[in-house]
Amino acid sequence: MLNVALPKGRLGEKVYAMFEKAGFECPSIKENNRKLIFENEAVGVRYFWVKPSDVAIYVERGAADIGVAGKDILLEYEPDVYELFDLDIGKCRMAVAAKNDFRDDPQKTLRVATKFSNIARNYYASKGRDIDIIHLNGSIEIAPILGLSDVIVDIVETGTTLKENNLSVQETIVPISARLIANKASYKFKSEPIEAILQSLSNMAKEQK
Amino acid sequence: MNIEESVLKNDERIVFRLRALYRAYGYTQYKMSKFEEYDLYARNKDFLVSDNVITFTDTNGKLMALKPDVTLSIIKNSKDEGGVQKVYYGENVYRISGGSRAYREIMQTGLECIGDIDDYAITEVLTLAVKSLARISPDYVLDISHLDIVSAVIDGLGVDDETRAALLSAVGEKNLHGITELAEAAGVPTQKAEVLRRLVSLQGNPDRVIPSLRELVGNTPALERLARIVGALDQCGCGDKVRIDFSVINDMSYYNGIVFKGFVNGVPTGVLSGGQYDRLMRKMGKKSDAIGFAVYIDELERLCESKPRFDVDTVLLYGADADLGALSRAVGSLTEAGESVTAQRAVPEKLRYRRLMRLTESGVEILEDHA
Repeated sequence: MLNVALPKGRLGEKVYAMFEKAGFECPSIKENNRKLIFENEAVGVRYFWVKPSDVAIYVERGAADIGVAGKDILLEYEPDVYELFDLDIGKCRMAVAAKNDFRDDPQKTLRVATKFSNIARNYYASKGRDIDIIHLNGSIEIAPILGLSDVIVDIVETGTTLKENNLSVQETIVPISARLIANKASYKFKSEPIEAILQSLSNMAKEQK
Repeated sequence: MNIEESVLKNDERIVFRLRALYRAYGYTQYKMSKFEEYDLYARNKDFLVSDNVITFTDTNGKLMALKPDVTLSIIKNSKDEGGVQKVYYGENVYRISGGSRAYREIMQTGLECIGDIDDYAITEVLTLAVKSLARISPDYVLDISHLDIVSAVIDGLGVDDETRAALLSAVGEKNLHGITELAEAAGVPTQKAEVLRRLVSLQGNPDRVIPSLRELVGNTPALERLARIVGALDQCGCGDKVRIDFSVINDMSYYNGIVFKGFVNGVPTGVLSGGQYDRLMRKMGKKSDAIGFAVYIDELERLCESKPRFDVDTVLLYGADADLGALSRAVGSLTEAGESVTAQRAVPEKLRYRRLMRLTESGVEILEDHA
């Protein structure tokens, strides 16, 4: 039985559709009920929905053999897993944003508000910039407006929220998309189904190109 | 002394089995104190799994540490005078582990082979790694890599140190798309990057992988050595669970040559990790070469062989006025018969017992029997 952790939400539904196409269907997942785990014994697969930021934890600790997580989550938590495939969906970018009239003053410590402390720390460390991290759990955009921080490090999809609040992207840190990850031990002991999924996902990607 | 294996917890049983195995191959036990001068770890911080160390000041003012690692202590005390020292250890180490970010006491066992390391020494250590895994679970694999092969391919790309480090971690994640991106960003020709991608994709049975490797990287001394050693492993019957996998990336500032990692089915992380660490020896001012591995016993706690149905064989109930002599005799005769027994005034909550008995004036009567 292959355990697959899917991220709750639209991205997860897209991912399931890809897995279904790859031959790992599980019809019960589409029933509208409160079940947490969906199983199709015939093809040997079990799906479950978890919070997107938790997928990496489920996979790293082996509760799920494989899962789909955004590159942002992988960069933030640095789980010890294999990153097998770029699904090329859920695309966005990790970026530094600030008020439109922002000018960086290198003489001062830069105050950075973010949900992604690790990514922000690594990014500014690589540039040798001294920063103060303000860890927030949501509504990051409000921080520079209220003067809580100078800049924010966050995911930018369309940039509409930024625009409406007179904020703009200053630098792109890294492009983000959804990745197929696998637990390192599961990859050894369940290599067949994992390789099968990987193969059909990459065939699908080639067809699209 | 006769110890019944059944009284041991699964992880304790594995420790005993491993100890017997290492002794059989002529390894001697290395026993050390729980403390070591902090300085030793401060100088080699990157070698440690986690760089947090519990420290305290000794009575003479020296800063001491509770051992977070055993290998460094063994190297420090090793003699640099030729020959081969073979030692094994089973020690508690103290380091941060798991999601709690708190210190834990971790049982670790392993072995080190220090001195003139030849092909046989490497083969022997790998054999012992395979046999160690086999004593933990019948369903296991040992992934072997040769760091010189990986670094030769990456050196061939001619990239800067930062890209090199990023490429190495992509290799460790089997991240083919990541390698492509990094290579493109660094302006590496597609063909050259393809060599690295193919190296990462090559994995599995050595018989199948080695010929393809020859095509890919040519007959380098590193590959020849790898081929000789996996060939020898195959001959001594350890071959079928050995895989070549270049995603085994140990820190290259300490490790070189052959590195390996062992997995057993049911444990989500590697349970065994090791390799040749000549670079660490040089850093610590030693001329000898070395190879060794550690088994992470704490990961094995959850690997249950079978859960016992009962906590205790017999619950023996007695009343307030029970005859002391008769009660002691009854308990004594049950334990001598090889049963576990708990004498209680009332049945303890949530205790799973096979039999419930009561001591009465006329003797012992059975109230329940779940056998």
